[in-house]
Amino acid sequence: MTDATVTSASPNIMRFVRANIRDYALLISLLAIMVFFQFTTGGILFTPLNMTNIILQNSYIVIMALGMLLIIVAGHIDLSVGFLSGFVGAIAGVMMVTWKFDTFTSVAVCLAFGTLIGMLQGYFVAFFRIPAFIVTLAGMLIFRGLMIAMLSGRNLGPFPESFQALSNGYVPDFLAFMAPQGFNLFAMVVGAVVTGLILWSNWRSRQLEQAHGMAEEPIELFYIRNALIAAAFLGFSWIMASHRGLPNVLITMFALVALFMFITTRTTFGRRVYAMGGNEKAAKLSGIRTERVTVMIFGIMGALAALAGLVYAARLNSAQPKAGQGLELDVIAACFIGGAAVTGGVGKVTGVVIGAFIMGVMNNGMGIMGVGIDWQQVIKGAVLMLAVFLDVYYKNKAV
Amino acid sequence: MQPILEMHGITKTFPGVKALTDVNLTVMPAEIHAVVGENGAGKSTLMKVLSGVYPSGSYDGIIKFEGKDRHFKTIGDSEDIGIIIIHQELALVPLLSIAENIFLGHETARNGVINWFEAFSKTRDLLKKVGLSEHPNTLITNIGTGKQQLVEIAKALNKKVKLLILDEPTSSLNETDSNALLDLLKGFKSQGISSILITHKLNEVMKVADRITVIRDGKTIDTMDVHSGEVNEDRIIKAMVGRELTDRYPPRRAKVQDTIFEVKNWNVFHPLHADRQIIKDVNIHVKKGEVVGIAGLMGAGRTELAMSIFGRAYGQRISGEVLLHGRPVDVSTIPKAMDAGLAYATEDHKTYGLVLIDHIKHNVTLANLDGVSGRGVIDDMHELTVANKYRNDLRIRSAGVYQATVNLSGGNQQKVVLSKWLFSGPEVLILDEPTRGIDVGAKYEIYGIINKLAEEGKAVIVISSEMPELLGISDRIYVLNEGRVVGEMPAKEASQEKIMRAIMKSWEQ
Repeated sequence: MTDATVTSASPNIMRFVRANIRDYALLISLLAIMVFFQFTTGGILFTPLNMTNIILQNSYIVIMALGMLLIIVAGHIDLSVGFLSGFVGAIAGVMMVTWKFDTFTSVAVCLAFGTLIGMLQGYFVAFFRIPAFIVTLAGMLIFRGLMIAMLSGRNLGPFPESFQALSNGYVPDFLAFMAPQGFNLFAMVVGAVVTGLILWSNWRSRQLEQAHGMAEEPIELFYIRNALIAAAFLGFSWIMASHRGLPNVLITMFALVALFMFITTRTTFGRRVYAMGGNEKAAKLSGIRTERVTVMIFGIMGALAALAGLVYAARLNSAQPKAGQGLELDVIAACFIGGAAVTGGVGKVTGVVIGAFIMGVMNNGMGIMGVGIDWQQVIKGAVLMLAVFLDVYYKNKAV
Repeated sequence: MQPILEMHGITKTFPGVKALTDVNLTVMPAEIHAVVGENGAGKSTLMKVLSGVYPSGSYDGIIKFEGKDRHFKTIGDSEDIGIIIIHQELALVPLLSIAENIFLGHETARNGVINWFEAFSKTRDLLKKVGLSEHPNTLITNIGTGKQQLVEIAKALNKKVKLLILDEPTSSLNETDSNALLDLLKGFKSQGISSILITHKLNEVMKVADRITVIRDGKTIDTMDVHSGEVNEDRIIKAMVGRELTDRYPPRRAKVQDTIFEVKNWNVFHPLHADRQIIKDVNIHVKKGEVVGIAGLMGAGRTELAMSIFGRAYGQRISGEVLLHGRPVDVSTIPKAMDAGLAYATEDHKTYGLVLIDHIKHNVTLANLDGVSGRGVIDDMHELTVANKYRNDLRIRSAGVYQATVNLSGGNQQKVVLSKWLFSGPEVLILDEPTRGIDVGAKYEIYGIINKLAEEGKAVIVISSEMPELLGISDRIYVLNEGRVVGEMPAKEASQEKIMRAIMKSWEQ
């Protein structure tokens, strides 16, 4: 059904847009939501201070959503991540505040612990074939109880400054000597370099595609898309630079997003996860050690939950017995809004990140508008339902 | 006599594709009407139009049933007036009983409370009509596919069927069950019930059909009257493929050399019932460049044998030895078996062979990701080259390597599975029912691929329920029955009778 006779550009563009409508729709929704709140909050949303806040508030959701994507793509679910992150935060609190361990050791122990706990849950899922829903539901109860027991129901803080820097620190402006007052030139330069790298790599992969005669995206769209990417990144860098520069956690998050994009699209491990979620029996008979892959993805999830717990604790500057409550639901919602399929085998990192920020911007915008927490829940639930409904609706229509 | 069903000028278009063009089908009362054609010819689409899966208005043309114009909006509409379709994939709930399944959605209930006594006695009557002696309380999961098929038919009878449509009813049945099913259709005929039989098995068509409609590329090619005496399999095939198939099996040129693969004293027990022995002291060997067929009835243990050898994917308490080039090899896990040079293409490629939601490219490289990657990072362009090579070599008909495999026809799906295993570079290939459910043309191509593999010096084991196929493509045939090798013969000296005799003789002992 290849249509080689298409000569005019516009039907070609329309066809490509229609084939990739899901990706565009998601991005357009995020933009629409941002513009909406920009108006309803009287222009507060895009202020440098608030944009920085959105990053800080959502970093742990994005971090966990990356791991959750792998889990959901593999056809599983992890309900324990919220309280696992809280539990790890409590461990960090006890280690650093009570026992006076140094930051580095504590962080390393916490991450290792999270990984092990994740792998243990994965072990039950993979080798005993207990549904992940049950295993992680049990984990959720256990971690919550342990967290409260460990903190005896009280807040534990403050943390050493070096640990707080994980969330509240900023990359110093190395170029301050030549920067104008109140402008973080280094952040802007980093933003420009990253933008350049992204554009360069897009250009390179397009040339490779052309060399193999498989460039499907019309060239006009390619330019428009990259121009938008450049504008978004440069604009974002400008906003960040106008406040206090790049938060440390933004760097962490960005590095993880890039790493997971690479893992899901370019590595054999990523491919195995997708194959397993698409058809576990076929994957197994193709020589994929599905048990091992399952243990690994739960281990990765555990590590990310631990990292998120540390970021959360560092941000609040205390380990709290209510930490992590309900986070798993935001994380799972981000994945499904971002287009991951409950049945497994489908989902993209870009989608999940956008999904997480849709949730985050809504939380932030509604908070500024003074919408009560009760109605916030209702609206978020409705958005999740709508997103998945549209996904299913268009999928059925396409067949 | 007035026809019970008339379909006139049916045209159905999907975005970009014309699936049916001006198709006509007329079925007389008390007639068995066969609809034949290659995969993708449009048979299933036609039946979906007829049964209301594609609602009236989404196609052009006229449907008349019992003389009246009909406009079905849903499957329920067509069922209400007695048109019942039984799909290839059975629509039974495995963990419900026979009675529960038969009355599912039509329960013998008053105010929502089910009268089980009535349901059971009715079920017993229905089961008697289809020749099943199972208890109505038996769970579907505990009876074989053949009997499940009969339960489906009993379910149809309960709905006062006037026109029964069967889509590939015998594709997963053994010969005895197939014959029983076909006899049943004849019985219905004498009671005035018409049937439409969709099948690839032309011998069955010749046995029971009164008339045959051939569909090719979405068009009606011919309607033949079997009783005219001018119809034979060759004529049907010619109409189906649009050309003469002079030979149904391609010529073989492979040179059979030394033994490379041996299985010695192989014993396997049932995965759940540890005391039930499924494979008993099996010894087989395959030579380089040889195609070895494994014949046997359903349940003889052929698939179980293959899967237990391939990384113990089946069974427990497995004992025995596997030798490659005379040296024992470890095949205790699937990755180890693959490393040793084994490949196994499953009989059910939809459930076990393909990631259906993924495209051709990803499926082709799945069993050998290391072959397109370095240090765990996939070389996208290399992978593309590989996928394109197999798409061309095996002539996988598709829009490109980025087409999802779920949208391919059965024959092309099978070719993707074969590509996957070819790319894993095996020395020994075990192909389990490689041509099940695919049409004559695609079968011929698959046979060609098997021959080419043998010519390249691979050892090929083919498991098949179609005996003519085994006789046509193998060098040597093992006969398996109840987990034992009960016969071994060169294909040249083998015949269907000889194979059956070997099986019968093993039962006498």
